[in-house]
Amino acid sequence: MFELIGVPPQALFGQLLLGLINGAFYALLSLGLAVIFGLMNVINFTHGAQYMTGAFCAWMLLNYLGIPYWGALILAPIIVGATGILIERLFISRLYHLDHLYGLLLTFGLALIIEGLFRRQYGISGLPYANPIPGGTNLGFMFLPWYRGWVVIFSLSVCLATWFVIEKTQLGAYLRAATERPDLVQAFGINVPRMITLTYGFGVGLAALAGVLAAPIYSVNPVMGANLIIVVFAVVVIGGMGSILGSIITGFGLGVVEGLTKVFYPEASNTVIFIIMAVVLMLRPQGLFGTPK
Amino acid sequence: MRHELMAVVAAAALAMGAASAQAQMSDGIIKLGVLNDQSGTYSDLSGQGSVWAAKKAVEDFCKATQCHDKIEVVFADHQNKPDVGSNIVRQWFDVDKVDAVVDVPTSSVALAVNTITKEKNKVFLVSGAAASNLTGKDCTPNTVHWTYDTWALANGTGQAIVKTGGDSWFFITADYAFGHALERDTEAVVVKNGGKVLGKVRHPFPAQDFSSFLLQAQASKAKIIGLANAGADTTNAIKQAAEFGIVAGGQNLAGLLVFITDVHALGLKTAQGLILTEAWYWDANDANRAFAKEFAAANKGNMPTMVQAGVYSAVMHYLKAVHELKSDADGAAVVAKMKAMPTDDKLFGKGSIRQDGRKIHDMYLFEVKKPEESKGAWDYYKLRATIPAEQAFRPLNEGECPLVK
Repeated sequence: MFELIGVPPQALFGQLLLGLINGAFYALLSLGLAVIFGLMNVINFTHGAQYMTGAFCAWMLLNYLGIPYWGALILAPIIVGATGILIERLFISRLYHLDHLYGLLLTFGLALIIEGLFRRQYGISGLPYANPIPGGTNLGFMFLPWYRGWVVIFSLSVCLATWFVIEKTQLGAYLRAATERPDLVQAFGINVPRMITLTYGFGVGLAALAGVLAAPIYSVNPVMGANLIIVVFAVVVIGGMGSILGSIITGFGLGVVEGLTKVFYPEASNTVIFIIMAVVLMLRPQGLFGTPK
Repeated sequence: MRHELMAVVAAAALAMGAASAQAQMSDGIIKLGVLNDQSGTYSDLSGQGSVWAAKKAVEDFCKATQCHDKIEVVFADHQNKPDVGSNIVRQWFDVDKVDAVVDVPTSSVALAVNTITKEKNKVFLVSGAAASNLTGKDCTPNTVHWTYDTWALANGTGQAIVKTGGDSWFFITADYAFGHALERDTEAVVVKNGGKVLGKVRHPFPAQDFSSFLLQAQASKAKIIGLANAGADTTNAIKQAAEFGIVAGGQNLAGLLVFITDVHALGLKTAQGLILTEAWYWDANDANRAFAKEFAAANKGNMPTMVQAGVYSAVMHYLKAVHELKSDADGAAVVAKMKAMPTDDKLFGKGSIRQDGRKIHDMYLFEVKKPEESKGAWDYYKLRATIPAEQAFRPLNEGECPLVK
């Protein structure tokens, strides 16, 4: 049996696949951020809190209303997306004429408030959420839980569908046009503010969807998003702020890089993404898939 | 000019009044400061629950002694940061006239507080922190380590598992001081009892995804995967181990520091079969149940952890010692009195405090119940073994504490 830098290839395949699975979360979350930034120019720091809210929403639906995972997968993004719309109407919409920084500060503050409220109500330790498809299959080089396989396939489909809608359809064309010249698009009789509001709701819904996907495998606690959001922002920066396809490819790619780091030098696995970010910012400040402005 | 002079005189008079009032207060009042995590990872297992426990101890003590002394409990959030904790404690000692600091989870913060307490000759009652160094190399005449420590955890869980056949280990360790200490103490116990360690992996703190580390543990073919971490790291690792069929595949998990709040977070379906060591369990006897009932009523239905129970017990003993001494001024003298008096309270029963500051009591080896064995919420543990007090903690002569001669 040959080895690659001291690691048997079987272990390596396993880690690559795991990296891809983690990448699925990065991709789904960074996609939401990219949609919101690309179409609204808002740096949504509430994203992590909204991801957490999605997971809690799934838990509440199950425990208060008896709605299982599959129902939550549809309902939670809609519910959390609706709260996103409310937030956009009440707060964020008032800041469009100001610098990005104001939106960032506002959403960061909102994230702290949301997390604080959940912590007050549910404590910090987390809540149990059962795996809806337990078991798995032995692939020869690793044991693949069914649920992880489902996460990869589902999130890849959602990512590609989102990319398709924004880049290849009439609706997407309106959206992109509204970003460039809102006044002109409005003149053609399209309700631009409503479209922006719905876009924010959609981006938030994507975060909540990732939260529901995470509930059965990660601890459902009020700070689950705070830990992840920083990494996801790095993913977005590496991919290129606002680039839809960039965020998807970078999300999956960085998941794999991180997975490999966990084999060769696990201590650095939290840092590797930021090292890549620093290098990318130095060599290609607009990000791997971004266009210079 | 005249006005200015008047103002100065008035200010001086006020300042003197304030000073004399303060001097009076600091003589007549016993002030306890509960320092812990009020908002982060450890806030459920210590946090406001510990504050409640300290206040409860004061209340019960007052009932028993008609409360001749004026006693006050204050609290603060150290955010699990040694610098933040140190600043608060200095302020407490120097300005706010706090006499004793209580709880302090997060070993790095506790070690910092330990040093300051000695320097200022106050009292430090540790319940939340784990590092056994507090009664080892870093022991002081001002510190009592009450509830548990890394040595006791390793000794309880590690030894029990090796003796029941779990003789090959793989460690998944949080990459900071506490994780390293727990891994070190457990490895020593495993090797001493004839087991061997096949490998270890250090994960960043905090970590979200453990699948990669679990896969490495799986590949090692070790019978036992030891989790030398705490809080959300432990619950995440256990949750994902179930998902990856680790236990179904014949390997077992050893949670080296698991609190009842972690089991609650996991749910019995995931946590069942887990073996763990604790100093106190709410459902062990009538006195504990009565305490837990009151605690739950005041803390959103949660049951107390061993850390919170330890705060109650430690504060109670401290107050008894001060009452006997009739003074809280000299911290080292109070701790010496605490060591001289046998401990006895409704939660930890009879016990004693050793020369090195280690509080001695029985420890318990529990197994987490299967869902069908549990009668309801928080009915989580069944007792596997009681580790007698004299065996539960590191022998006095092995800790390298300078106080022990």
